[in-house]
Formats: sequence, structure tokens, C-alpha cells
Amino acid sequence: MEALVPLKETSDIILEEGGNPLELCYQCGLCTGVCPWNLVRDFPLRKLIHKTQMGLIDFEDEDLWRCTNCYACVKRCPRGVEVPHIMRAMRRVIMEVGAGKAPESFRITVKNIASVGNPLGEPPEKRMDWAKFLGVKTFAKGTEFLYFPCCYQAYDLGIQRVLRASVYIMNKANVDFGIPDSRVVCCGESARNGGAESLWHNLAQTNMKVFAELGVKKIVVTSPHCYLAFKNDYPELGGNFEVVHILQLLAGLIKEGKLKFTKPVNKKVTLHDTCCVGRREGMYDEPRLVLNSIPGLELVEMRDSREYSLCCGGGCMGRIWMETKKGERFSDIRLGQALETGASNLAIYCPYCMLNFDDTVLVMDKSGEIEIKDVLELASEALE
Amino acid sequence: MVKPKIGVYICHCGSNIAGTVDVPQVVEFAKGLPAVAVAREYKFMCSDPGQSMIKDDIKNLKLNRVVVASCSPLLHEPTFRRAVQEAGINPYLFEMANIREHCSWTTEDHGEATEKAKALVSAAVKRVYHHQPLETREVPVNPNTLIVGGGIAGIQAALEIADAGHKVYLVEKDPSIGGHMIQFDKTFPTLDCSACILTPKMTSVGSHPNIELMTYSKVEEIAGFIGNFKAKIQKKARFVDESKCNGCGVCMEKCPWKADSEFDLGLSQRKAIYTPFAQAVPNVPVIDKESCAYFLKGKCRACEKFCEREAIDFEQQDKTVEIDVGNIIIATGYDPFDPTPIAKYGYGKLPNVVTGLEFERICNSVGPTGGKIVLKDGSEPKSIAIIHCVGSRDENYHEYCSRVCCMYALKYSHLIKEKTKADVYQMYIDMRCFGKGYEEFYKRLSKEGVTFIRGKPAEVTDRAINDEEKGKLIVVGEDSLLGTIVRVPVDMVILCIALEARADAKNVAQLFSISQGADGFFIERHPKLDPVATMTEGVFIAGCCQGPKDIPDTVAQASAAATRVLALINKGKVELEAAVAVIDEEKCSGCRICNLLCPYNAISFIEEDEVSRINEALCKGCGTCVAACPSAAITHKHFTTEEIMAEIEGVLV
Repeated sequence: MEALVPLKETSDIILEEGGNPLELCYQCGLCTGVCPWNLVRDFPLRKLIHKTQMGLIDFEDEDLWRCTNCYACVKRCPRGVEVPHIMRAMRRVIMEVGAGKAPESFRITVKNIASVGNPLGEPPEKRMDWAKFLGVKTFAKGTEFLYFPCCYQAYDLGIQRVLRASVYIMNKANVDFGIPDSRVVCCGESARNGGAESLWHNLAQTNMKVFAELGVKKIVVTSPHCYLAFKNDYPELGGNFEVVHILQLLAGLIKEGKLKFTKPVNKKVTLHDTCCVGRREGMYDEPRLVLNSIPGLELVEMRDSREYSLCCGGGCMGRIWMETKKGERFSDIRLGQALETGASNLAIYCPYCMLNFDDTVLVMDKSGEIEIKDVLELASEALE
Repeated sequence: MVKPKIGVYICHCGSNIAGTVDVPQVVEFAKGLPAVAVAREYKFMCSDPGQSMIKDDIKNLKLNRVVVASCSPLLHEPTFRRAVQEAGINPYLFEMANIREHCSWTTEDHGEATEKAKALVSAAVKRVYHHQPLETREVPVNPNTLIVGGGIAGIQAALEIADAGHKVYLVEKDPSIGGHMIQFDKTFPTLDCSACILTPKMTSVGSHPNIELMTYSKVEEIAGFIGNFKAKIQKKARFVDESKCNGCGVCMEKCPWKADSEFDLGLSQRKAIYTPFAQAVPNVPVIDKESCAYFLKGKCRACEKFCEREAIDFEQQDKTVEIDVGNIIIATGYDPFDPTPIAKYGYGKLPNVVTGLEFERICNSVGPTGGKIVLKDGSEPKSIAIIHCVGSRDENYHEYCSRVCCMYALKYSHLIKEKTKADVYQMYIDMRCFGKGYEEFYKRLSKEGVTFIRGKPAEVTDRAINDEEKGKLIVVGEDSLLGTIVRVPVDMVILCIALEARADAKNVAQLFSISQGADGFFIERHPKLDPVATMTEGVFIAGCCQGPKDIPDTVAQASAAATRVLALINKGKVELEAAVAVIDEEKCSGCRICNLLCPYNAISFIEEDEVSRINEALCKGCGTCVAACPSAAITHKHFTTEEIMAEIEGVLV
């Protein structure tokens, strides 16, 4: 029986890469209990944290790539340990220091972002093609909002419909916005949280140069991940922007009476709270305000809503670019909760949630029972 | 005036100062300062040889001013003042330079520290030059004591002071004394019946010739200073005449109106006219206006009809009583944490999730279930889970550990095993059994068939995933020692809730001029060496109002506070600090700006003389009025403009 010896070098390097929260953990195990991974498999999260405390991490371990940044653990941890930061630190040790290898699909994603500025590997000059026939103006000095669409939404024909809905609504509400030119690159959220720190630096510097040139002060986003990146990460490199998620903007306009929904949308709808802006940033009321302002729309809550919302499976931390085995998908469980409410529509407001739920509906063969709609789509249906 | 002859003493404080400050260099520097007759150094100036060094120099070199450069004056100013006084110099001709907390402990740079030490010594030397001898005043100490709070802490302190022959006013806000301790069933680790050990003390208090018990009362105002406080106490109307009532209880029997019992935490009902529990002291009921039909609708008056002593008095008014006391002991206790905000534990939503204090009442033979451990539907539980650290050791609620919960959780295991055949599960993070007999109690419990699961549960749910779980409460969490998630189906869940500071602690603190810590509890003068005194002289704290603790520690603190009070009463007088402010009545224009600014209400306006005057006894020397006076009519003794300017000059060396 071989006794284990704590390895200071490993725990030190994890600390150096930003894993300091590991020092606070007193091993109570609450995180394991709340982590959604334990709904689908065995994931002894607390033990993994103790391994970082002891330096006994196997950098080939698949478990290092599980975290979706859902923040369920952080919100309940009695010591306030930011577990995702520890995960990110270990991923930096893998990606930047070379202690191991990331999952194949994520490596491809990172290569794409590094070479053409978007995770899908699409040509950068086609980034704003979605806006071609919509008459959207390009941002110039003096425009109020820079409208920054998510890479996935910009390039993927399946979910592009959300961008069209957003433009329609903002025009109806006379919002002064403009899109950037195709020099901008991915916000870098999945790159950064996947450990590719130096790549993220490059992406952020590239974007901020363009923003500075254009004189950008306010940014409106459709993806909660871009929201987190611009609001919380870019300031570390000197960025100083007022960032709003489009639903916050619309909620404000509704309250000021500048946006009114007139066409009835007679649907029973249930809402999925996105972890990034829900649990992490406290944005629960704005999407509900928008939906409740739509005439004829009946909003019902799933169990586990608001701060107890179950993560769709990611999402954040690059999980969207990694394989999740059938039977281990949170979105399957979450769709079950949505079906329980009897709603005909599951409303979401994140491109990754949309991708996950679209997939689940197909795989579980529920397309006859429930439709996945972005809140923006429902909102645009309510406008003449 | 005799020319000042200054002796300067630089302390090493072991390596605390000397490890960073070049003490010999500072000594050489000090020798060159004006009016300095001698400069020396020593390892520990506050020690006997250190003090003797000063005293000998005073005698031999005829010094008339002394500067000691060492630690904080809060620590040793009294020590050195006493030393120079013993050598024949007025204690106010002494000055201290703090070259430890303000210097050697703030930097690791030796050069910087030494330069700053020199500057501080220079400032002290320049300042002491201008010191004048001052006389302290003595005031008598009123031998009466006010104790606020009638729980075990207040009761213990009251009995000790009263037994020593001095008068105590014991003020309690509830209709009876007893606090939280009288709510308990058995106490750990001896399993003494709480009421059995407490009621004799309560009865002693009720019948003690030296204790004036004021229940259903609150302190409204306090004025004064140590040895001489004036308190205004509001006695709430009971609507029962205490002098006539004989405690027969017929009124309570006949009263048809009910309300939730506060004593039973809402688990049972009491009458509109009630004593909180049968052993109440005083055994005189009160009428609750909110549930009494007479006060609400003008009807009934059954109690009055049946009272043989004609003790019911619906016209009774609140009364204000003014008392004079010399010392005050605050023993206001704690509030139990309300776990409703922890939604995932289901308190308030799921039936049969109870708090620790509620479980005490359930176990208690005169509680809502007659001492039977039963579920809401009256049946006996077959399994019970006890969750530790609910609201404690948790950044989201209270960061501190509440100290008693591990022990009362073990106690509940024992009581459950005694009264039922239920399985008991303890969900803990650590087992804290620190006191005398506590670890032994833990061992005893381990042999009683309790299952210990190490892990903080994620949730308590009623959503069953199989047939065994149907109808049960399932505690879900990680067993961290096994490293797997466990689901434990039980019938009842007991939450070990935190002890938190009383909801009105802020008001109490303001009233008595004491401070609260970040955790809400009152702050002691020194956490290790002075746990019952506060920064306000004459006001002491004891028991859980100072921090969560068990009964043995509470009683120990209550005794400690009583002893401090008795020491002051015995001395009979207190010396008042001489460094107070004084108004030059020739210069005072009568503008009265200072009157409102004084935080201690020490300044009053004298109409006949048209000037303001400072009550030396109340003045704490904070300096606010000195700075505010537009006529510069107020001098701060020991902190005159001359002294302060000299100090500034000295520091700019």
C-alpha cells in the first residue's frame, strides 16, 4: 500500500495561476451536494478541491473539465470559495504551462479562435453577414450602443434568428445602436475559462483597440457570456464599459413606456434562468418583466427557478465545445422540469442554452410537445 | 517654573522593537535633544528593573519629566504613571512614545523604523516639556447595581452582589426571569434538568431582600458616569396589581381568549392573561393587550370577576422609575437564528423540520407535547436527522461558530434514544467538544447507536425517488469521509441553529455607550485579559451578549462581572481622569455650540452666568468642544495648544 505524499510544487503552481480560493475550503462537502454533475454521475467535487490543497492532481483527469461556471456551489459555500476559479487555474496549468492536454474538441475550438477569431473556424470577414439585409448601421462615434453579437449566433444559421429578432425589437423601440466591423473577435470567455489565458489577452486587446478607436462607451450583448467577459474580465486589462444584456435594456425601455407589446401571444411559457447572469449577477426580474409585458402570455415557473435554477449543461467554461455523453446532460433533466409545467414554450436567453435545449428536444423526441424560443423571439412576435 | 529635566527611556520590548528599530541609535539621538538629562535603554521597561531604573534616575538626577518610548499607552501608560508617582513626581509629567504599534510593528524596513522612532521620541520630548502637574479627582461609588437581563447570567450576578450585602436592581423585559435557560429540557454534559437547577436561583432572586426585581420592564435612559449613574426604567403595565396578586392562577384558567405562546415558540397557545410558564418569577400574570377581548372589544373581564384578591386593574398605566446606581452589568443574552432564509432546508415549508430550541420545548415535560417526541401528526418518528452549523460557520449568515451546537446535538441524540426507538443521524462538519466532560459525553453518545455522517447537507427534500423515500424527509448531501452522495430518509429534521446577537443589540449598545463587534455581540475591553469589562467604565457585560457560550462559561462570566462590581463598591471611590476640558468663563461668549456637540452630555449652559460649564466628571477628554469653540475659550488639560504644537514640531525633526 503506497502512502501519498503532499506535493507542494503542484499546489503552489495552481495557486500561482489564480487558484487561491482553495486555501479557504474547509472540506464540508456542501459543494458536492449541490453540483449538478452529481445528478448524472459521481463527481466528488470536495475531494477534487482537497487534491488541489494536497497537490495530488492528475492533470489528465477528465474531471478538471467538468465545471460549467454555474455558481451553484459558490452561492452556498460557507467559506465563499470560488470553485470555478480553482478549475480555471488548473486549466491554465494544462493550457499555458503544458501539464496535460485539453479535450480534443476544445483544443480545436481554441485553435479556431486563435487563427480566425471565432470558435467555429468561420471566415472572419463574414462575421457581420447576418446583418446584411436588415439595414443595421455600423457603429460610429456618437452611436449610443455598440451591439456585440455572440460568435455562435453570428455564424450559426440555426440560431441566427435571435439576432434578427433583437434588431427588430431595438429598431421598434428606437434604440440607437450599431454593430462593429468584422475586425472584432470572440469575446474570449470560453478561451479564458478554459485556461487559454494568453490567447484571451490577445483577443481582449484586439477588441479593446477597436472599441477605443470607435469611442465605445456602452455595449449591449445578446449572450450572457459576452456580458460576463466585457463586464468582469475586460476591466482587468483597463476596459471600462457600461455593459447591458439586451433583456436589461428592454426591461428598462418597457418601464419607461418606450416599448409596448401590442399583439397577443397566447402561449403558456416557462423561463429558464441562465446561470451566468442569473445566479452570478442577480438578473432574474428583467426577463420576467419582458415576458409578463406580452399580452396573452402566461408565464409559469419551473421548480428550481431563479437562484436554484438547474444549469443547462453549459455554457460557460467552454463546456459547449466539449462532448457530453448521453445520459449525462443536465438539459435533459431541465427539459423534464419544463414539460412538468405544461408549458408549450421553454423561453431562454442564451445561445448555449438554446443549443443544448434544441439538441435535447431532438434527442428526447419532444418537438411535438415543447418549443424552444428565445425571449427575444417571443417579444418580437408581440410587436406589430 | 523649575526648568524641565527630562529622562528618556527606550524599550527593546524583547525583539518586538529592537528587532526592527536600532535602539542604541535612538538613545544617542535622544541624548542630543534639548532639556534631556539622561537617555537609556532596557529590554523590558515595564518590568521591575525597568521601572526601578526610572525611579532611581528621578531620585539621583533630580529629573522632573519622564519619557518612555515603548508600546501603546493603552497598555502601559498607567504602569509608568504609577512608577513616576511612586518616585515623587506628578503622574501627568510623564509622556509615552509608541514606537511599537506605531513603528516597529508597521514596517520591516529597519532604516525607516529607526527614523520614525527618532521622530516619535523627539515629539514626546518636546511635548513633555510643556506638561503641567494635574490632580485627579475622586468621586464616591454608589453601592447599588443595575443588572439588565434576567437570564442565568443576570441571575447569577445579581445573587452574588446581593449576597455580599449590596442592593441590586434586576431589570428584565419579559414577564418572568429565566431567559433561554428555563426553556431547555436537560443541560449537557451532566444532563441536569435545566428547570431543576435554575428555579431555586430564580426563587432566591424573587425573595432576596437586596434584589429589587423589575420584570416586564426596560431601561429607557442612562445618564452619568462610573459610580454615579442615573437610570430611567419603564415598567410596562401588567394590568395586574403585583402587591395584591397571590399567583393562584384562576384568572388564567377562566380566560377564554388565546394566543401563540412566545415561550413555546408558537408551538402551543397561552391565554390572553398569562404567566409565560408555571414556575415564573414573579408568579404574577400579565394581560396581553393584543389578544385580550376587553382591550380589543370592551368585553369579557372574566379574570376580574374571578379574582379573589381584586388584583386585576385594567386602568393600570406604564410607570417610569428613576434609580441611582454605581455600576451596570449588561446580561441581555442572545436570539436564536431563524433558518427560514435557508430555503433548501425547508424550515417553515416542510412539516417536521424544527430548530434546536423548538426541539428543547418538544422534549420538555411541560412543553407543547408533554415531553413526548412526536411529529406534527402526533405519531412517533422512526428516524431523526440532526444538521449541525445551520447559520453558523457560514459566510452567508454568521461566520462564527456558535460553540454550543455540537454539544446540544449530542444531547438531543441521547434524549431521543431515551424516549423513542428512533434512528439518529448527525450531519456534522467538525465535532467541537471542548469543555470539561464534553469529549467524554461524545464518547458516551457514540455508544448509544448514533450514526455520524461528516458532510454539510445540500438540501432537505420531500421529493422521493423510490418507494422507501415516500412520505419521508430526505437529507441529501455528501458523506465526505466516504466521498459519495448520500440520501438519508428520516421522519424529522432538527436544525442546529446559530446563536445570534439580539435584534435590539444596537439600541442597547447606544443606550449604554458600549460597542458591538462585526458579529453583533458586545465588545469586551480585551478578549483574553478583560472579557467582562467594556470600554465604558462602570459598564460590564456577561454571558451570551458578549458572544455565544455554554452555561458554565456564562456563570463564570457573571461571577467575574459581579466581582468587578463588588471590588469597586468595596473601594468606595473612583479616580477620575484629569485630562479633561475646561471652559475659561471670561472668554466664553455663551454661543452654546459646544453644548450640542458633546457626545457625553457633559456641557451645560448656566443661565445666570450666561456661560457654558463642563461637568469634569462626565468629560472624557475627547476634544470635540475644544476644536469647535469659536472663541478658543476651552482648554484641554494635558492637550493644550502649546503641547500639541510642540509635539508637531518635534515630529518634524
